[in-house]
Amino acid sequence: MYVVHTALTKTSRMSKKILEVKNLTMDFGGVRALGGVDLDVKGGEIVALIGPNGAGKTTFFNCVTGIYYPTKGDILLHTPGRQKPKSLKGLKPNQVTVAGLARTFQNIRLFSQMTVLENVMIGRHCRTKAFIFGALFRTKSTRQEEKEIIDYSYSILEKVGLADLANEYSKNLPYGAQRRLEIARALATDPLLLLLDEPAAGMNPQETNELVTLIQNISSGGQSILLIEHDMKLVMTLSERIFVMDYGRKIAQGTPDEIRNNQEVIKAYLGEELDA
Amino acid sequence: MLTELRKSLIASIWFAFLTFPIMVIKVNSIEKTIQWRWMNVVYVMVGIFFLSMAFRFLLKQKEMRAGKEESGTEIKLSPIHQLINHPTYRVVFGAALLLFAVVYPFVFSTYQINIMTTALMYVVLGLGLNIVVGLAGLLDLGYVAFYAVGAYSYALLNHHFGLGFWAVLPIGGVLAAIFGILLGIPVLRLRGDYLAIVTLGFGEIIRLVLENWGEFSKGPSGISNIPRPGLFGIELSLNDAITYTYYLMVIFVVVTIFFVNRLQDSRLGRAWIALREDEIACQAMGIDKMKTKLIAFSLGAFWAGIIGVMFAAKTTFINPASFTFLESAMILSIVVLGGMGSIVGVILGALILILLPEYLRELSEYRMLAFGAALVAMMVFRPQGLISNVRRTYSINKDE
Repeated sequence: MYVVHTALTKTSRMSKKILEVKNLTMDFGGVRALGGVDLDVKGGEIVALIGPNGAGKTTFFNCVTGIYYPTKGDILLHTPGRQKPKSLKGLKPNQVTVAGLARTFQNIRLFSQMTVLENVMIGRHCRTKAFIFGALFRTKSTRQEEKEIIDYSYSILEKVGLADLANEYSKNLPYGAQRRLEIARALATDPLLLLLDEPAAGMNPQETNELVTLIQNISSGGQSILLIEHDMKLVMTLSERIFVMDYGRKIAQGTPDEIRNNQEVIKAYLGEELDA
Repeated sequence: MLTELRKSLIASIWFAFLTFPIMVIKVNSIEKTIQWRWMNVVYVMVGIFFLSMAFRFLLKQKEMRAGKEESGTEIKLSPIHQLINHPTYRVVFGAALLLFAVVYPFVFSTYQINIMTTALMYVVLGLGLNIVVGLAGLLDLGYVAFYAVGAYSYALLNHHFGLGFWAVLPIGGVLAAIFGILLGIPVLRLRGDYLAIVTLGFGEIIRLVLENWGEFSKGPSGISNIPRPGLFGIELSLNDAITYTYYLMVIFVVVTIFFVNRLQDSRLGRAWIALREDEIACQAMGIDKMKTKLIAFSLGAFWAGIIGVMFAAKTTFINPASFTFLESAMILSIVVLGGMGSIVGVILGALILILLPEYLRELSEYRMLAFGAALVAMMVFRPQGLISNVRRTYSINKDE
């Protein structure tokens, strides 16, 4: 028996906001990378953040996950069962993860000298607590915890289809599998919201299809997801709502259909029409 | 093949030219004559030619092996890995080693016991530094400072307050760990080369303070008459005391291996390795960078402190000259040469690096030359160390 992923069911979380980003502004010296961006993610939803290159999407991610300290604005996380939302502004990256936001990286950042299973076990680190003395004397509680970590991590690997490769070094995995392992590692931290930074970058069509199925599977368990992506087919298939950014500002938001016909968005991607 | 021969020939001519002043010309300053030893040119050229050929041949072989590993999907474990990972062989192998360690003093002379005790001390130092450098990936060039803290805490506490070996052993370790934390808090924000430079400076500071603060540490003249480890107050003869110290070290080594092995496979050990691999990803997984680094640093320092106490008790005399940068470099070479993060590798590295110069004494002044050549050859042919670390695999029982 494996521990089943403890996310709430889709209906119970639905339509309640879990992440609220208000007026997020980030200046690098005189350059304004983000100018007052508002964004929200509701429970169980898949939200996409798109925009041309250099629009500020990754900067947005880095502000939310604590890698950058935003100049202005606030980031609020609504934890279920708590009255007041928690502000993530000014927290360190590891504290943000503990609070319930887990991310993947645009350029894969796996622990290459560790096995696949160990990579996922690292994700369990912030939800467990064995320490020096536990490690040295292997007390009963430590052994119990260690077993839980292994079982839980393995169950996540099964979910993303990497269970057969559990003892392989992560550097030996094919590209698509490495991407999936990054997602598995983030899932292991039991996040309220999963942030995916260009999960399909560099994938071939078949790998992208597998990724779409995987994200749909994860989402069907009630997991809220915010993703940055350039692959429009993937974005339109998966996301329930889309936010569009350009030059550090939000220029549109809405359902895939609304975005597809939005003049501002078309302008941002294709440029303005010339009057003859 | 012909180009290889030509390259070796060029190398041999080049070497003959380079060594010409020292190998051929011999000035007799009393009779004011010059002796020309032309035969030496021939020896050097022939010797270098064959060495160079051997070197090229081994390099070629290494490349071929690397090519094979790339193409094949299954990477085979080396025989030594199979040996240490096999459950029963591992126990047998360990027991045999332990038996050898136990009978060692009955077979060999006091001199041999003494150098083996020193080698075992470096095994523990290497394993301690292995936590910092091998697992957590923090390049620490001032490790000897913590060793000095341990040694001086025993010498001074004994000198002023008459505390015994066993009382100071934990105190020395804890003091060194505290120094580790004190140094770590400001310094661990730095990475890689910068961290190496600052720790190098710290090591030198400790040594210079000990050298110049005469009232505190008695300066360069050092502290003598430090008691050897006690055994329930029994008076031991010198030979017995040396044997007793040797057995103590064997116990220390066994305990250290036991604990380091457990640390390596624990939640903490995994966090260290993750930190070594990728700091940003590690933080994004919710691991507190500072805390994890500090623990690695202070645990490493703790072991150095303990061995420092042991060192003071073994030699019964310490002065700052025992804690130079050369010691740090030696311990670091043990870790790198043995194989970063690998316990068996570090043990082997320590034994080779400490015992080899002792046994090479017959080569007298050439022994450091041979030692250096061995290190260079090592880095060319096995950059990952003698025995590289292999991560633990887990078997998952599906029927639970």
